Amino acid sequence: MPTSLHPLPSPHPLPPDFLRDLRAAFDEDSILTSREDLIPYGFDGTAALKQVPGVVVFPQDTNSVATVIRLARQYHVPVVSRGSGTGLSGGSVPVPGCVVLCLGDMNRILELDSKNLTLLAEPGVVTQRIFDAADAVGLFYPPDPGSMKISTIGGNVAENAGGLRGLKYGVTRNYVMGLEVVLADGSVVWLGNKCVKDVAGYNLRDLFIGSEGTLGVITKVLLRLVPKPAARQTLLATYASMDAAAETVSAIIAERIIPCTLEFLDQRTLRCVEAFAKVGLPTEAEALLLIETDGHPAAVADEADRIERICAQHQAIAVRRAASAEEAVRLATARRSAFSALARLRPTTILEDATVPRSELAKMIRFINETARKHQVEVATFGHFGDGNLHPTFLTDERNPEEMHRVEAAMKEIFDYALSLGGTLTGEHGVGLAKKAYLPQQLGDATFTLLKAIKHTLDPEGLLNPGKILDVPKHAHL
Amino acid sequence: MSSHLPSPQSPTNVPPSALPPSANLLQSLDYSVLQQCMHCGMCLPTCPTYVETGRERHSPRGRISLMRAIADGELDVTRDFGEEMYYCLGCLACTTACPAGVDYANLFETARAEVERRGVLDSTRRKGIRWFALRLVFTRPRLLRLIGRLIWLWQESGLQRFARWTRLTRLLPGRLADLEPQTPRIQRHFSDALIAPVERPADLPVRARVAVLTGCVQDLAFSDINRATVDVLLANGCEVITPRAQPCCGSLHAHNGDTEAARALARRQIDLIDPSTVDAILSNAGGCGSHLRHYDHLLRDDPHYAARAAEWSRKLRDIHEYLVEIRFRHPAAPRGAAGAPVPLTYHESCHLCHGQKVSRQPREILRALPGMEFRECGEATWCCGSAGIYNITQPETAGWLQERKAGQVRATGAKVVATANPGCHLQLENGLKAAAADGETPAVVVHPIVLLARAYRAEREE
Repeated sequence: MPTSLHPLPSPHPLPPDFLRDLRAAFDEDSILTSREDLIPYGFDGTAALKQVPGVVVFPQDTNSVATVIRLARQYHVPVVSRGSGTGLSGGSVPVPGCVVLCLGDMNRILELDSKNLTLLAEPGVVTQRIFDAADAVGLFYPPDPGSMKISTIGGNVAENAGGLRGLKYGVTRNYVMGLEVVLADGSVVWLGNKCVKDVAGYNLRDLFIGSEGTLGVITKVLLRLVPKPAARQTLLATYASMDAAAETVSAIIAERIIPCTLEFLDQRTLRCVEAFAKVGLPTEAEALLLIETDGHPAAVADEADRIERICAQHQAIAVRRAASAEEAVRLATARRSAFSALARLRPTTILEDATVPRSELAKMIRFINETARKHQVEVATFGHFGDGNLHPTFLTDERNPEEMHRVEAAMKEIFDYALSLGGTLTGEHGVGLAKKAYLPQQLGDATFTLLKAIKHTLDPEGLLNPGKILDVPKHAHL
Repeated sequence: MSSHLPSPQSPTNVPPSALPPSANLLQSLDYSVLQQCMHCGMCLPTCPTYVETGRERHSPRGRISLMRAIADGELDVTRDFGEEMYYCLGCLACTTACPAGVDYANLFETARAEVERRGVLDSTRRKGIRWFALRLVFTRPRLLRLIGRLIWLWQESGLQRFARWTRLTRLLPGRLADLEPQTPRIQRHFSDALIAPVERPADLPVRARVAVLTGCVQDLAFSDINRATVDVLLANGCEVITPRAQPCCGSLHAHNGDTEAARALARRQIDLIDPSTVDAILSNAGGCGSHLRHYDHLLRDDPHYAARAAEWSRKLRDIHEYLVEIRFRHPAAPRGAAGAPVPLTYHESCHLCHGQKVSRQPREILRALPGMEFRECGEATWCCGSAGIYNITQPETAGWLQERKAGQVRATGAKVVATANPGCHLQLENGLKAAAADGETPAVVVHPIVLLARAYRAEREE
């Protein structure tokens, strides 16, 4: 019989008056309070973290978000905002006795301005819909996190999500021109505008991007779009060693080629992805690079030729080009399933996000493999090689405390090493709960104090997603 | 009547002695089955009930979290939980979307069985209906066919038309009055009258010996599909065995939490067709095939049947899958008869594409049809709302899905819609009829194999 390792703690009781006032402000369908309704909101996409919330509310507009924030402040109830719950650092996992503010019902695209190349959306719009809306008028929204078919744009901004195209196009931050935010006191602010240039005052907008719901609640997002590239070409290169693949990546960058996508999968990941997606990946290879170049047709053709040559010079066993646009999409989609597909192997899948300067990639990969061997833990690695953003993924079993202990030890060493190479704990998943303990080490005392000061200024009572990124003392005094 | 059938009075599926009073069926699952779900959310956009409501509880990962909470003893098997398990269509679209390979079909059937074992949804009316359908009618093939014959008489004698015309059908109680127009048209002849126990190809060497499963509802309402199945197999050099008065395969029971009856029916099927005597066992209905394939799992703990059930599952094929496997002969176009090609589209039965992962093969058959132009349907893999008896138990969601499906089919401009499951067939027919504008002829719904059989026939009639 299974034993429970992570019992769902009983929901912390909410002040009855808080619930009464919420019920007065929202219709019945927009508030969930039964245990059967709440349990499914007790987690996001992160392994081994769960906590049943006190209540879930679905606001329909900015005003109703502000209402929840004001009531929460009045009754001192913590607020955790959430989109589709696909986060990978526990950023939207509830805290005891909190109200979950689920923004999924605010899902309208409000405006597509093809003169200024901007798109205005509510936070609950699924990222794929934004891509599709832009695509339909010949424009392009590049950020494409692995979960883009599910994740919401609000969540993408709150976590500053990356994706497969980060190398050439950057991450979510690079496409946010403006935000509407509800602050901790319930006031509503607009940060940014449609101007390409704007230096009026501090860049407050950027403060909220990647703030993981700890500073305010994003209620509208103004996005920058770019022209759709006229051509694209996808290549698959297979290798007998991870080192050769890593060296190819360094060589491509050194030759001043910036492909749109430069993804890496090791053999374990490759086999899991192929078992699910059946797109004909070469499962015998030790390592695989998925490379995409886009832009003007002539430039694409030239880059593809040069990339093919560089791959061959660096011991690629084979280089294959996607035969059609459909095949290219199938390959990218298969790659996006990598994290979930790895869950086939062991009961618990813990995805890490250590990122290093690209020049240090080969060193980092070697270190990960040595560390896994040393601690006898199973690690599969894939990731955005071109960005130096790796996803070493621990395949383990949360019910085995001894094994989990070894996983934690290995993880700590990998973080330490990434930092020693001038890297970061997290390239694109955020700190949330999962990496909170390591953050002070990366930032150093002075920077961490600055972070705390900002949090205290914007959320003096510590009610917005408390305990994420950093711990806030109960009655926050610096 | 077979002695190992459960008694119709037995309210539960598991002998009370098998489980301690505090335990539940979800706990009896290997925990890794539950833990396999890492709640990444890849299933969300493919789940019709989540897309309709936007609430996690109505999503695959939400439902699994509830099952896990029950297995962990953090939630009781409540009425709310029971209702959630029956709000799920069981379309298994999530299993196609799931990169982690979660065995949702197993989880879902176990959860429903637990709901029934606990009786949290019990009411006198529900118990009565379940007893009548699951334990009485659908375990007794001859009784089912007798009822079919009576409905046929009602339809053929003009009584049905009279009752509808005089609006007497409005006197039926509540939901029955709404459902009456959806009663399938019963065939004059059932399969046993149309198909001989053994048929051999007339002018071809025999390349394989196969058994054809005629189904239960399929046999009453679509015996012509069974005949077409045999015709197509004969045309491809197969010797066809069709056992008489075949029982229900038990999928209805397994999907509705009556595992014990499902096992009994599986044993009867295996008694009827010894898998060692044939090269393949063929199903032509998506819902049945999806269940029939898993007899190995269903009977794995049965010392007398486990080995035969394993062989059964190894040899079970969907008809489209089998035809493509044996490289079916593409029908030749009749000479001279070339008019404009008839636009044709395809709706995938959930349990064919998600349950059995047979998606490419029916299209291959449809594309091989002369005189027809195949067009893809948007959301072809979305549930039409039929989902077994879902259109009876959850009319609102079923209706929403039916309209959505009819809209997608109409958008293709197809005159013919092919589909390979009796439930979908009826749901599409009714949906297209309702969606048709005044004076518009709705697209004709037909099984792909019937189209193939027609094409072979047209060759000969030249």
